[in-house]
Amino acid sequence: MSVSRPNFAVDIFQNEYLAVGAREVNAIVTVTASGAGTGAVPAQRAGQHPAGHEPGDGSAVVIMIDCSGSMDYPATKLQNARKATAAAIDTLRDGVAFAVVAGTHEAREIYPATGRLAVSSADTREQAKQALRKLSAAGGTAIGTWLTLTDQLFRSRPEAVLRHAILLTDGKNEHETPAELEQALARVSGRFTADCRGVGTNWNVPELKKIAGALLGTADIVAEPDGLAEDFRSMMTGAMNKSVADVALRVWTPANAVVKYVKQVAPEVADLTARRTEAGPRAGDYPTGAWGDESRDYHVCVEVPSAAVGNEMLAARISLVLPLPDGTTEVLSQGLVRAVWTDDLASSTRISPQVAHYTGQAELASSIQEGLEAHRAGDLDRATAKLGAAVRIAHATGNDGTFKLLQKVVDVLDPKEGTVRFRNNVSAADSMTLETRSTKTVRVKK
Amino acid sequence: MPQQTVCPKCVLSWDEEDAFCGVCGLSLQAPPGPGTAATGSAVVCVHCGAADVAPDGYCEACGGSQPRPRDHQERELAGVAGVSDRGLRHHRNEDAFALARTTLPGGEAAVFAVVCDGVSSSARPDEASATAVEAAAGSLRSSLTRGAEPGSAMRAAIGEAARAVTALAHDGRADGRQASGRSLGAPACTYVGAVSAAGAVTIGWVGDTRAYWVPDDRAAAEPYRLTEDDSWAARVVAAGLMPEAEAYADPRAHAITGWLGADAEELDPHTVSFTPHVPGVVLICSDGLWNYAEAATDLAEVVRTDARTAPLAAAQELVQFAIAAGGHDNITVAVLPITPTA
Repeated sequence: MSVSRPNFAVDIFQNEYLAVGAREVNAIVTVTASGAGTGAVPAQRAGQHPAGHEPGDGSAVVIMIDCSGSMDYPATKLQNARKATAAAIDTLRDGVAFAVVAGTHEAREIYPATGRLAVSSADTREQAKQALRKLSAAGGTAIGTWLTLTDQLFRSRPEAVLRHAILLTDGKNEHETPAELEQALARVSGRFTADCRGVGTNWNVPELKKIAGALLGTADIVAEPDGLAEDFRSMMTGAMNKSVADVALRVWTPANAVVKYVKQVAPEVADLTARRTEAGPRAGDYPTGAWGDESRDYHVCVEVPSAAVGNEMLAARISLVLPLPDGTTEVLSQGLVRAVWTDDLASSTRISPQVAHYTGQAELASSIQEGLEAHRAGDLDRATAKLGAAVRIAHATGNDGTFKLLQKVVDVLDPKEGTVRFRNNVSAADSMTLETRSTKTVRVKK
Repeated sequence: MPQQTVCPKCVLSWDEEDAFCGVCGLSLQAPPGPGTAATGSAVVCVHCGAADVAPDGYCEACGGSQPRPRDHQERELAGVAGVSDRGLRHHRNEDAFALARTTLPGGEAAVFAVVCDGVSSSARPDEASATAVEAAAGSLRSSLTRGAEPGSAMRAAIGEAARAVTALAHDGRADGRQASGRSLGAPACTYVGAVSAAGAVTIGWVGDTRAYWVPDDRAAAEPYRLTEDDSWAARVVAAGLMPEAEAYADPRAHAITGWLGADAEELDPHTVSFTPHVPGVVLICSDGLWNYAEAATDLAEVVRTDARTAPLAAAQELVQFAIAAGGHDNITVAVLPITPTA
């Protein structure tokens, strides 16, 4: 099997010129991984496992299916979940370690039900699909228990370094306390990544986005159960295309500087600020999960001590680092964020188009979330103002996807000004779709 | 001691008596770089004192940028000296200069100097000026040693410098234009050069870098400016649209109308030659100096009376004067002593 890790490139976009006394430095960091082989094996695992039924592949996947009682209302939900899981299993390469977990108020192994992950082959995939008959709807929802079992299963195959999960739920996390879910998330975050899907409209958007965010994956709505199979197949393909895990964005800042925030801003907004782990003097690591051939943008905002006009300072050294088995890290690529103080106003008053664009995209996401929250709380004025602002930004920045979702919730009277009116009888599905996908961004128009 | 005649860094050849490469300033008599880097102990940060400066020149503790070789440069050859300084308000030195001494076919010595000032609204102005002086110095040296007339040698050098700077716009390297969000022009710089050979002085320029003539005895002979700026102010004054004082006080005064670079509409190199009959010095400089003493008589007051015999000291004092006056821009000046043959 061909083995290759992608090459990483870091590009920094910023206006390095600061006015006298200014301290805040903003930069967009574009990370591009390219050249990953189809083999999709992390380089450090290369050649360590002979072909056969051992998971020499390095990848492992666990699929968590909600089997609470509500999955039978309507019955098509569980039927489609079975079909989608079968489709996902069919997408597995030989050699990938995998398991299927049924989630209710407790977690139960459906396949292979041996306390370990199975290793994908034509036989095990067939057995797994047969076992999906055991998925039946009864009981409550305690997602923390599902995550905990999934983590145990991954630990059964420590040689699988690319660990990804798919989580499907149709309801709120009602059978454990928020604190219990919080604790489970804290235990498993960093152990595996997870894409989360809500089916129907009875689940909680912020809750699922929080789980997906903690596990560095995506959250989305599958309003119609018959869309599940296609979605599962594409999530699985995405997971199979990852070739390097546990990559971190390392941010070094000078003495007396403060990292105000580090956010992923494309393809989706995800705040990583609180995810920092210290990495030596004045440096911290922010997790980015697993990478295949792809490109992501990050917004780094640093406050540095001010310096006199004519001075230049390194405001941040941004590295992409990969932990190695021996405990050290390898620097994959690096970029510099600079600060130069000038009394030339023409230089210091310019805003980098990339920084301006993503500041807008982040505001778009928060406007939608705050607008829908205000709507739920019955504050129609605030909701209208917030969604109006969202329409204005989506229109101005060419975020057509979000603009279309907004149009299902509000009537747009003037997209330039952001004049909108809430539609009558907005469906729950449309409102939840808008909220779930509010964090999707577009890149700067060329 | 073996004498090198080719600069190992910029691969231009120089006279055997040269101690430093006239273009890049590298010492030609000491072994180049690697040894010093390998044996050097930890570099101490000039800002915070931490002995922890990264190879890319930023302190690992305070992030401060360390002084770069181009921040301050001094060079002297027999018959010409030059000093360049970053000044106080700019974060890097976008000026560059070259000095050289060569021999004409008839055996007489010729010296020349070139000063270029990177246009700060262009991309990579520091590279533009360094590229221009390197190209011009190489061209002048080969033309003069071949016996070319200094005026045509100067025009050829300006042409070579212009081509080299224009090529920077097409070298495919990221130029920060997109990254910084600034709408920057293609790499560009101004130019002024002076050749002193066989008793005559030849000046060539594009933009607002200038040349001045300052005689030793300023009571007996007037100092005067040798160049006419390619600038908004100069054009307005020349067209009689505004008095000089008013034009130079205008915010547009320094907008230049001529430069070297891909964005230049047409290359219009100016040259002038004259034969001094009294002893004195020719100064060529960037606007970082003349901004503080625009008129030739004002500038002459800052030129020591023994500048002809102490050209490096004169150049150092002129740079110090501009720094003391505010050092708002990069400052570069070259001094060519002129002694008329009796």
